[in-house]
Amino acid sequence: MSAAASALPVPLTNLRRGARAIVQCVLDETPVIDDALHSTVGQRLIELGFVQGVEIEIVESMWPLGDPLAVRVRGSTFALRRREACAVMVTPAVTPV
Amino acid sequence: MDSANRRLADVRIALVGVPNCGKTALFNRLTGSRQKVANYPGVTVERKEGQFRDRAGRHYSVLDLPGAYSLSPTTLDEAITRDVVLGRAHGEVPPDVIVCVADATHMPLSLRLVLEIKRLGYPMVVALNRSDLAKKRGFRLDVARLSAALGVPVIETVAIAPAGAQALIAGLAAFEGREAREARAPTPGDAICNLAPDRAETERNQHLVPQILEQAGYCEPLRTRAAARADAILMHPAAGMLALGIVLFFVFQAVFSWAAWPMDMIEAGVGAFGTWVAGVLPEGALRSLLVDGIIAGLGAVIVFLPQILILFFFILVLEDSGYLPRAAYLLDRLMGGVGLSGRAFIPLLSSFACAIPGIMAARTIPSVRDRIATIMIAPLMTCSARLPVYALLIAAFIPSRAVGPFNLQGLVLFALYAAGVLAALAVAWVMKRFLTKRTYHPLLLELPDYQWPDLRSLAVGLWERVRIFLRRVGGIILSLMIVLWFLSSYPAPPPGATGPAIEYSFAGMLGRALHVVFAPIGFNWQIAVALVPGLAAREVAVSALGTVYAMSATDSALESALLPVISSTWSVATGLSLLAWYVFAPQCLSTLAVVKRETQSWRYPLIMAGYLFALAYLASFITWRVVLAWSP
Repeated sequence: MSAAASALPVPLTNLRRGARAIVQCVLDETPVIDDALHSTVGQRLIELGFVQGVEIEIVESMWPLGDPLAVRVRGSTFALRRREACAVMVTPAVTPV
Repeated sequence: MDSANRRLADVRIALVGVPNCGKTALFNRLTGSRQKVANYPGVTVERKEGQFRDRAGRHYSVLDLPGAYSLSPTTLDEAITRDVVLGRAHGEVPPDVIVCVADATHMPLSLRLVLEIKRLGYPMVVALNRSDLAKKRGFRLDVARLSAALGVPVIETVAIAPAGAQALIAGLAAFEGREAREARAPTPGDAICNLAPDRAETERNQHLVPQILEQAGYCEPLRTRAAARADAILMHPAAGMLALGIVLFFVFQAVFSWAAWPMDMIEAGVGAFGTWVAGVLPEGALRSLLVDGIIAGLGAVIVFLPQILILFFFILVLEDSGYLPRAAYLLDRLMGGVGLSGRAFIPLLSSFACAIPGIMAARTIPSVRDRIATIMIAPLMTCSARLPVYALLIAAFIPSRAVGPFNLQGLVLFALYAAGVLAALAVAWVMKRFLTKRTYHPLLLELPDYQWPDLRSLAVGLWERVRIFLRRVGGIILSLMIVLWFLSSYPAPPPGATGPAIEYSFAGMLGRALHVVFAPIGFNWQIAVALVPGLAAREVAVSALGTVYAMSATDSALESALLPVISSTWSVATGLSLLAWYVFAPQCLSTLAVVKRETQSWRYPLIMAGYLFALAYLASFITWRVVLAWSP
């Protein structure tokens, strides 16, 4: 375990534009996506590829508050709002020197 | 629900895959259909059915389903896919074979869905789509090894090339058909697992995906430099917004300035044809029907074909490029301010073509409340059927002069479109503020890779629009024109009548009755008559004016062109008042019917018709009064 990997996970929303990080987990206390279908944001984020060990990159974020933001995960880019993005806990990626 | 064809087919297949992976392109290639394809998630929101036969004569029925990331749906279109695949859809036979379409440019996302579908126990085949695009970006994958690792056949299909579909059809021959399957006793493999996987299983599958890809010697396609640069500009908070404004503005300028010469040609052609027909035929009812009724009416609308095509050209290019979801991303925050989701951008943009596909595209919006709000304001986006009305009135009442680098007419057109958008935002805000409680719903929108528009599909798309337009002109508009001609010609004027015949006809009476309602907003009785057939198709209002004025011409000189007549007989205030009316114009029966179908209640179409009528009347009243007060 490197020092970076053992760092405490932070929400995805703490990252700046262009930053890379490793997903640690997706928190479960997330809102329901659809009124009738009862799917949760957590489940959908996992389906989209936000699972432990995957590297993500913040492609772009909108002014003024970085909301929404565009995240690249396993070759696909998704626009997320801060509110759902903060369910994704990450640790900073170790960039090889 | 299910057609007899599908029930009787030898093999019933269903195309399933993540959104925007090229299912519909493959469907079109297999069945020879021309279903709409574009580069954003959620183009297909309904199940679409087609047929084909292989070389051996086996009859296949193909179901194209809306894209779904998983069988735990978050939107109505994803729910359709789940219901069909899990055999829950009412009256739907479950497919014999599932073709799971995987997108080579998004392998991890696609494979996860393959794993989820595989556990259902259907006979299945994976169609590896878009590998041509992926290979250009360094994608490598051993199809045989992927097939071995997954335990299902994998077939490379480049949906836009014929060979890909042929390989898939050949692969499908190995599967047993409906009869064979029904004839033998069910095996344990036939039991379809009916549960969507839980979170833990989804996570386990997600960890399997990279292992399977590694076994198949997978090399990820890289993000191109050009794409990264384009995103750096187009998604930049400031530069991106500026670019979006420029793109939209440019489209409206082009609609006006590029269309000028083909429009002049069509107008001259229609005029010459009318004069020729009038010269050949003897004076009488038939000549009046052909020249005043049909040629004047249809000619008035057909002139606008070039403008409609230019508008659609830009819409199709934008749809294919992958830019639209990025615009939705840019606007999410602003639209959130009035209680809409950024996801509403694409349905609203398609409403500029026609509100009907726009209202249906609202199915991709997860929240019921956001979806209803989007549907309710969709008719405020200026649809292409309103373009002829705008274009006619602008040409009649707005001088064509340069304002800086722009044309004043183009600026006014842009302003009218902008007025519709602003009104829509205001209505959405009112709905958010006073009518419905809002719960939070996430955005979660995929931003696809950029792509150059395919010239062939662009040409096909435009040709479709030409066909639809001409079908409308030759069908509903033609029939309405004939009816209107009868109403304007009969009963014939009493002997010794001095005014034009139309004033004594049914149309004249109807016009005068309606005039009571519309006089306070400055409409004359001719406009009031024209608004009635406009209920069936908005552009008919222009045709109807063409007919009404051709019938009112007292002198023998034929007025083939509507434009000079209205610019000389209407006041500017009347013209502008009618323009304001059409920004809101509630009268489109097909839109109201679709709203009824999509919301499954009469409540929303009735509210919609009521509020649009009230807004239109108010806007026209204000315009009429203000212009009157200002002009001498």
